[in-house]
Amino acid sequence: MTTEAKPVLDGRVPAGAMAEKWALCKRELKLVSPTNKRKYDVIVVGTGLAGASAAASLAELGYNVKAFCFQDSPRRAHSIAAQGGINAAKNYQNDGDSVWRLFYDTVKGGDFRSREANVHRLAELSGNIIDQCVAQGVPFAREYGGVLSNRTFGGVQVSRTFYARGQTGQQLLLGAYSALMRQVNHGKVKMFPRREMLDLVVVDGLARGIVCRNLLNGQIETYAAHAVLLCTGGYGNAYYLSTNAKGCNVTAAWRAYKRGAMFANPCYTQIHPTCIPVTGDYQSKLTLMSESLRNDGRVWVPVKAGDPRSPDQIPDGERDYFLERRYPAFGNMVPRDVASRAAKERCDAGYGVGSSKLAVYLDFTAAIQRDGEATIKAKYSNLFDMYQKITAENPYKTPMRIYPAIHYTMGGLWVDYYLQSTVPGLFVLGEANFSDHGANRLGASALMQGLADGYFVAPYTISDHLATKKLSPVTTDHPEFRRCQEETGAKLKQMLAINGKRSVDSFHRELGKTLWEYCGMSRSAKGLETAIQKIRALRNEFWTNVRVLGSGNNFNQDLEHAGRVADFLEFGELLAQDALTRNESCGGHFREEYQTPENDTRRDDANFQHVAAWEYAGPDAAPVRRIEPLEFTEVHPSQRSYK
Amino acid sequence: MSETLNLTLKVWRQSSPSAPGEFKTYKVYEISTHMSFLEMLDVLNEDLISKGEEPVAFDHDCREGICGMCGVMINGQAHGPDRETTTCQLHMRRFKTGDVIVIEPWRANAFPVVRDLVVDRSAFDRIITAGGYVSVNTGNAVDGNAILVPKQDADRSFAAATCIGCGACVAACKNASAMLFVSAKISQFALLPQGRPERASRVESMVARMDEEGFGGCTNTYECEAACPAGISVENIARLNREYISASLTAAE
Repeated sequence: MTTEAKPVLDGRVPAGAMAEKWALCKRELKLVSPTNKRKYDVIVVGTGLAGASAAASLAELGYNVKAFCFQDSPRRAHSIAAQGGINAAKNYQNDGDSVWRLFYDTVKGGDFRSREANVHRLAELSGNIIDQCVAQGVPFAREYGGVLSNRTFGGVQVSRTFYARGQTGQQLLLGAYSALMRQVNHGKVKMFPRREMLDLVVVDGLARGIVCRNLLNGQIETYAAHAVLLCTGGYGNAYYLSTNAKGCNVTAAWRAYKRGAMFANPCYTQIHPTCIPVTGDYQSKLTLMSESLRNDGRVWVPVKAGDPRSPDQIPDGERDYFLERRYPAFGNMVPRDVASRAAKERCDAGYGVGSSKLAVYLDFTAAIQRDGEATIKAKYSNLFDMYQKITAENPYKTPMRIYPAIHYTMGGLWVDYYLQSTVPGLFVLGEANFSDHGANRLGASALMQGLADGYFVAPYTISDHLATKKLSPVTTDHPEFRRCQEETGAKLKQMLAINGKRSVDSFHRELGKTLWEYCGMSRSAKGLETAIQKIRALRNEFWTNVRVLGSGNNFNQDLEHAGRVADFLEFGELLAQDALTRNESCGGHFREEYQTPENDTRRDDANFQHVAAWEYAGPDAAPVRRIEPLEFTEVHPSQRSYK
Repeated sequence: MSETLNLTLKVWRQSSPSAPGEFKTYKVYEISTHMSFLEMLDVLNEDLISKGEEPVAFDHDCREGICGMCGVMINGQAHGPDRETTTCQLHMRRFKTGDVIVIEPWRANAFPVVRDLVVDRSAFDRIITAGGYVSVNTGNAVDGNAILVPKQDADRSFAAATCIGCGACVAACKNASAMLFVSAKISQFALLPQGRPERASRVESMVARMDEEGFGGCTNTYECEAACPAGISVENIARLNREYISASLTAAE
């Protein structure tokens, strides 16, 4: 059972007109003077777009930054794999774009479950991000005259996506990474790679540091600071198979949750429509094919269920271009949740293709005939090459086979307008927070949000915390640091001591299968209740039967994985619980009981127009469900229509 | 069509940076040809765990060829036999049943072994720290279209900027030279107007740091280019040399 506790959460949205809120907020923020900034230490965990940009910007301002990542280098964070692009309301194409339109598209795309004021700020800052990245030397795609190029992404009717072939995330991250390393050179950032955050240290109600494991030698280390920024990404790997990197995890966010940071909307997961389908039980991850491909690719299945012919043998009249048929206004460019469900619906009805029948075609024949193979190659060659490496099929000749997969998580730690969590001094940026995408994120908006948070929001809002809170001197000698350090060490020892029969990976795979089956693209109350029982049983088995070999005193990847899976096994239950409690469908959260006759989401604005934020209540108590009501003053909630 | 392979693996095992290492021989059975090379190693590790033997440590993360975290020598070739392919993107259909596959870490003085197949590539970060950036603080930017970049320059800069920092170039080079890695970053900025103000100091400090880290010299055998999974061209090395000579000739002091 869950309880809904009062009082409701306050997002601390500034007063005033929507377009003036951020300016007003900045006017009211307390500043730290340049000479005082050097007296403050800030910890940044994670070095993806949000973390690297925040760490660099804070160091430029004069703060002493300590930055942490679990990879061997900050440049490897999973932002690097983002393919298609980054949105900005520049209106360079003269096609009617504006800050308001980007704001409107994002609120609507999120199925009216995001905080309007945050989204408006994001749209306002979008242009500055492009300027900043260009200044850093990010080689965006250009036209012959030297100006920046754009393309279109799903859920919108303008061209506002900036890109660097199919490697935009790589180029933006390397830009932020170079800014970060510049500050390392200046001595303002101390970089700690191969460190994994395992606890948040809260002293007198304020976030004052972290505990982490040095992955090279197993030492449990502690670091103190005046504020902590979590930029640790999403939790898609709870599903085991996802487009996330293997190391992506919920651990840092989950440990912060257990120290008082509330977890918002965990059931909002994004299933990306265009991924390479699963081929076997050994499969370790799924590979995304960028949404940008839908600019030129047409999605279809045979008109006849179970048609055994190869795609080139099926004439055009016997193909069902089901997105174009169902959504003529947006066609293949409908938002991700809509496209994913439509593909699932066709496959469930028996029209799927390929050996598993869990795939649909993404066909470039028309685009190649229209524009020539060279043009298509210039836009997407790395994606086509990647597809061919994995499947051994040539997508210039044979249509790609694609199927939806877990890609991004809109839920995350709850933050107010200042990006501060319910633990004062703990700020959460990028995918790790919940704030801007509602129940569904539009393509090319994750990069925008990560960089907006890191370059332009947190550097302002953190000063208000530092300037207004009384921050007594705290070092790692404080008893709370000792206590957290010992708890962390004890938990690792416990896992090593179980010495059971099942590998860590087998637990992770089973959890993933359970979540995908009962809490994936389609959810029901009965299924979710089953999922919760299964997850509890699996968690109990984990703590009695997992086998983690080796020791805690050296480089031990299995032990790292075990800690992450242990957290996923707790978090997975909360995810299912949140999905079970939200008796409506919205964006990526599709409850079978709540749908329109046309298989689209049916929201319940009267009862669920709110953020659900879960508060940890102890190891054996049910978490408390708190609410932040959402108000829509600019974009009136309506049934989303892409017809 | 999915077929399966039975393979013999000779894998470098080394428990710590200071411990002596050795090759150990393992057999794996019924490996699907659809598996990636790393998925084959996952199968090996599950088997080792079931037998109570510690799994083989190897670095990996994105498993789609972009993060640069993975990379091992496979039968003496960095990232294995396929061109422009990372270890995670190499698929087992490239092998035949009965094959013996020798798997080693990158071998270079500047990349000490951490454990088994994992090496320490932090030297690359230190080279970037020495100057691999444009010195522009957040908030200092002009409008993106105020800096016009001819498409050809943007494309060539992008091609250099796609380096994933995996270290295969160093591992493939008989001298363990890092010239391809360094030249890719130098080229990215040398080709753009944003990089021009610092071009001389950048090339001098990055090359100096590269030498301090213990990477070898370049003798133009181009193994680096052949091994590079991102297709970085050796033209960049020529550009680095031009930039370096130009910087030496125009030095202020």
